[in-house]
Amino acid sequence: MSTGTYTQLLDLACGVFLLAAVLVLWRRELTAFVRLFAVQGVALAAIAALSGIHEHRFELLAVAVGILVLRAGVLPYLMRRVLATSGETRETEPLVNVAASLLTAAALTLLAYAAARPLVELAPSPATRALPVGLAVVLIGFFTLVTRRRALAQAVGFLLLDNGITAVAFLATSGVPPIVELGVSFDVLLAVLVLQILTTRIHATFGGTDIDDLRELHD
Amino acid sequence: MTFAAATSAAATSAALAPAAATSASAASAFAAAAPAGTTSVAATLLLTAPVAAALATAAGYAVLGWRPATAWAGLVSPATILGCAVVLAVRVPGHGPVTGYGGLARADALSAWILLVIGAVAVLACAASPAYLAAENAAGHTDARGARRYGILVHAFLAAMAVAVLVANLGVLWVAIEATTIVTAFLVGHRRTRASVEAAWKYVVICSAGIALAFLGTILIYYAARQAGISEASALDWPVLVARAHELDPDVTRMGIALVILGFGAKAGLVPLHAWLPDAHSQAPAPVSALMSGVLLAVSFTAILRYKVIADVALGPGFARTLLAGAAVLTLALAAALLLGQRDYKRMLAYSSMEHMSLIALGAATGTRLAISAVLLHIAGHGLAKSVAFCSSGHILHLRHTTRIGRVRGLLSQAPVLAAAFGLAVLALLGFPPFSLFASELAIARAGFTGPAGLGWATAAALVLVLAAFAAMTARTAHMLLGPAPGQNGGAAATLVQKDTPVQKDGAAVAVPVHDGGTTTAMPDQDAATAMPARHGGGIAAAPVQDGGTAVTVPVRFGAAVWVPLAVGLAACAALGVSDVPLSSLLSTAAAITGGP
Repeated sequence: MSTGTYTQLLDLACGVFLLAAVLVLWRRELTAFVRLFAVQGVALAAIAALSGIHEHRFELLAVAVGILVLRAGVLPYLMRRVLATSGETRETEPLVNVAASLLTAAALTLLAYAAARPLVELAPSPATRALPVGLAVVLIGFFTLVTRRRALAQAVGFLLLDNGITAVAFLATSGVPPIVELGVSFDVLLAVLVLQILTTRIHATFGGTDIDDLRELHD
Repeated sequence: MTFAAATSAAATSAALAPAAATSASAASAFAAAAPAGTTSVAATLLLTAPVAAALATAAGYAVLGWRPATAWAGLVSPATILGCAVVLAVRVPGHGPVTGYGGLARADALSAWILLVIGAVAVLACAASPAYLAAENAAGHTDARGARRYGILVHAFLAAMAVAVLVANLGVLWVAIEATTIVTAFLVGHRRTRASVEAAWKYVVICSAGIALAFLGTILIYYAARQAGISEASALDWPVLVARAHELDPDVTRMGIALVILGFGAKAGLVPLHAWLPDAHSQAPAPVSALMSGVLLAVSFTAILRYKVIADVALGPGFARTLLAGAAVLTLALAAALLLGQRDYKRMLAYSSMEHMSLIALGAATGTRLAISAVLLHIAGHGLAKSVAFCSSGHILHLRHTTRIGRVRGLLSQAPVLAAAFGLAVLALLGFPPFSLFASELAIARAGFTGPAGLGWATAAALVLVLAAFAAMTARTAHMLLGPAPGQNGGAAATLVQKDTPVQKDGAAVAVPVHDGGTTTAMPDQDAATAMPARHGGGIAAAPVQDGGTAVTVPVRFGAAVWVPLAVGLAACAALGVSDVPLSSLLSTAAAITGGP
């Protein structure tokens, strides 16, 4: 693959990756969250595969397949099951409205570009120049986590955060060593399983999954 | 503690100073007895056994379930951890770090020290578990399935902590610490009440998100290491990173270290991501609270200590110091403020953990060798004292069916042994001699004042805040321990109160059977309803009724399964305070790893 094609494809994948995160802030339907998360998983797998092909490290293709299965297959499947059991389809009024959320996403992306400057300067390349995208998704994930009120929306926020971190890993260093990658994927899968079970329990004990109802414990 | 300032510095140095002479003490005598040239097989065994024993115990509970015969089998894995830690503690100071699995597993003096603390606290917590679960079972809060899950998860939790301590790879360290969150989530939510489900959700979301930041930090350090020319296989290897830390790009390392301190700080209960801690520690079963507070916080903090070594070389000591000192003072201010208004004794203990973690962070910020050995001693003393405090708080909950401080009174005359254990544990946490926290707090303060410039103010602020926390905890604990026992009329002999005694409207003796106390902790209406008749009944408090109609006698007596772990924990904490000579060579070696001059 020529360098030009590689750069264009990488930028395309990163663009889709960032756009999916921004759209999560725009949409209200919980099913749309899950679909967008799956799209982002595909984009992430593409980033991993592209860096593997570019650096002729074909074991990265196996990692990319693993990411595709986990983040575009298994995790969205688990979230759909939560949706099916809870019967809730829409995010209630989020703490920050959609317009303000989108503006915040723009501000966070700018912040990510500013913060990532030393990272890009250390080793400028097409991949590291796309690095701020990963950081922006981390920040948007954090923002989703703190402003959305449904349990599932918070879980999606956590997963956006995690996708962003994985993207940073691939763009900066073509991924972390396999043993760490394996452990991290396993941890994320288990964390989502735990969140799934807890969502069911919240639904059973509180009669809904609005996190604002969780106010038993405070000082 | 300020009141301790009168004590001469000689007392501290006797307890703490890494004297060269002590290295030729009992420790080296043991070392000779240990296998001489430890072969790689022995080293691998030593590094594998703690994790393997814990996993095997967890598997055993999965197969056999929790029953009277297997309840005490839970002591196998903590005993193995403690045994391996002792062998490592004897071996490492003289012979250097033990490595295995091609350098992936590694135990230096710091690992050995923390593994020792894990083993000791886990022995206490696992010894307290059978009595705790029996009482939970009797009260109907758990069943055979719940107890089996408890057995599996507690030992998986121990395995994850042992991995976190025994790996050299910083990526695997992160995986192990995140695994502790996942494993303990269901332990926090084991009662399935609204409060515990809420606590579990907050715990998983805040800790997972917080620690994800630590992973981002880890990746940035890896990026810096790769760009510095370190190979892929060893770019996350701690010894390699420490040796080549000066080659790392300062800007990228600075971002990475800030994220790592923020992320692992979340698991260590430091601001700004501390909000899960009081909820999770107050809702988890008492022995699990003991483990989470006594060792999990310390294990996460050890990760920060490891990164601090890299940061001090790559960025100079100022960067990590500023972050840690800032987090320490803010955490301490928050903990002291919330301790002042605290009405729940398990939350009181949780905020006390935050108080102690911020003292530990302050000591780490100081960073001199004296400060780090005080920090490590403080970790051990806090682990022992806090596990006794949490385990006895579990028994208080079973006795009184409430976690409200206002409704626990006269504990000393109702259950003298339990009250004494709780009271002594709180005294230890407040920093009274002979417990080891006295010496370590004094040494942290002394190191803060004599150490690097700029920390004097932080230390002074910390001392004022510690004093506020001291006053709050003393008043709360005195309220719980003193006063007439419930069921006693002005100190008269015990009245036996039957469960089926009808509640009289304004009689002399009012019995209020309280069943589901654990779930009522945060429900003010129910709380008021049960407290009301007691007030009308002429100062006679509600009498708890145990075991379906059996009367409660005063004083309540406990079996050895209850008081032995508490007594052993207190004795160990006191022994550590009186003399740490057998451990001093390990302590000084461990402090030398992370401490400056």
